[in-house]
Amino acid sequence: MALTNRSKQVAVRELTFMERLYLPAIIKGMMITLSHIFKRTPTVKYPDQIREMAPVYRGQHVLKRDEAGAERCTACGLCAVACPAEAITMESAERKKGEENLYREEKYARIYEINMLRCIFCGLCEEACPKEAIFLTDRIVPSSFTRGEEIFGKDLLVEAMNERIDVSKRQRPEVLEFKKDKRHLHNLTYQDARPKTTAHH
Amino acid sequence: MAKVTIDGITIEVPDGTTILNAARMIGGDIVPPTMCYHSKLKTSGGYCRTCLVKVSKGSEKDPRPMPKPVASCRTNVMDGMEVENLLSPEILEARAGVVEFLLANHPLDCPVCDQAGECDLQNLAYENGKVATRYEFQKREFEKIDIGDKIQLHMTRCILCYRCVKTADQITDGRVHGVLNRGDVSEISTYIQNAIDNDFSGNMIDVCPVGALTDKTFRFKSRVWYTKPVDAHRDCPKCSGKVRLWYKGEEVLRVTGRKDQYGEVQDWICNDCRYEKKNTSDWVIEGPSHVLRDSVISANHYESLKALKATIDRQRKGLPHGHKTTLGHGALDPNNTH
Repeated sequence: MALTNRSKQVAVRELTFMERLYLPAIIKGMMITLSHIFKRTPTVKYPDQIREMAPVYRGQHVLKRDEAGAERCTACGLCAVACPAEAITMESAERKKGEENLYREEKYARIYEINMLRCIFCGLCEEACPKEAIFLTDRIVPSSFTRGEEIFGKDLLVEAMNERIDVSKRQRPEVLEFKKDKRHLHNLTYQDARPKTTAHH
Repeated sequence: MAKVTIDGITIEVPDGTTILNAARMIGGDIVPPTMCYHSKLKTSGGYCRTCLVKVSKGSEKDPRPMPKPVASCRTNVMDGMEVENLLSPEILEARAGVVEFLLANHPLDCPVCDQAGECDLQNLAYENGKVATRYEFQKREFEKIDIGDKIQLHMTRCILCYRCVKTADQITDGRVHGVLNRGDVSEISTYIQNAIDNDFSGNMIDVCPVGALTDKTFRFKSRVWYTKPVDAHRDCPKCSGKVRLWYKGEEVLRVTGRKDQYGEVQDWICNDCRYEKKNTSDWVIEGPSHVLRDSVISANHYESLKALKATIDRQRKGLPHGHKTTLGHGALDPNNTH
């Protein structure tokens, strides 16, 4: 029983002789395939050839160091709370005496992990960061054979001093200008002497 | 009884009530923010000036307005008084100025500070402050002082509200810390770094509206918004035993007193409860704490589990809507099916 009056009766038509040969249809299909050989291929031979990227491409993250080489991240957790994919986890620790050249602030991230399988590369972590520590770069996250390898720890995220990663493309001119202002604690490295204004006892 | 009108809302309050408490009786947005006033501490208030209000009519007998903004925590109501808080643009302007002053020497190290997320100064600055500061000078710096292994003092963050001093004065016997020096260089300190070993000294952490006094046993363990506050109690011979446990996973990272909607501690707790009882087995869990909707701690805080369980219980027993079911031990336990 039909539910609506719009249903149509479908009849299986008998094929004609030409159709039953199948050969013309096969040749037609092969011609389409052949024609594609002479068309320009859209794939690039990465990594020999690298496709041009937008200057604000959001790829693999980097944890920046400051000019003196100290890690900028202070494990405030704002990136993790901003992350819509809950890809970031961290554990903080207190900086000890003598580690001032390693970490900018008295607290630092002992463990910092980004699950690249969860990450959607939205850049909210970068936007939330008050310390200019995390940036998304134009590097592509390498593929891997296991899921475990896709959880990037500090060894893969923190930049090396001898090959620093330029993120200035992702910083607004106002920010770059602000960073020159050494009146702000934010822009001081541990090497910049901080004059004491208050004598204690 | 005195009749007072605050932002157009009239209420009758007993004589001797402060404007602030009258506003709190009305409730809602018109309650002036406070930093130094604490309802459980006598003679607190009057230092921070964040609770400024405009008295546009002094009283029924003397209707002249007060010449300048007054601190509502220190000014008593008069019959027929008219007060403006949110309705007065000049008060909002003045309060923004107060915030600017409070932040002038504040290091703004919120990413490092353990108080961030439950900090009164943070909330105050977000709600009443301005985006930029005009202060151009070097901020105050202090040499670090160790005040014991339970409490961490960060003098740079202090706004000199005196709450901790009054706590030490009023609920502990034998005060061992106070404010040294005067004016711009005054600072909270123990006298010659005396260790704080009073049974109730930990309450100073709870009354501190900023991150100047924080729990050393919780130091850098987690950010507060990753921990889940749960109300719990135990039979404590020393104190009320009514506390808030801050869980991360199965672990109790921190024990604090319960705070009311104004961030003021309801019941003082002793140091045993605060530092020594960090196992779930030490406590009787009452349920998730109430977290304000706009607090960062409310992220992923499933307070409604309580309501959910009550609804399920009601449905199961076929009771009508509005019937209250008691929540005893194990109300949060998913295996608990009673």
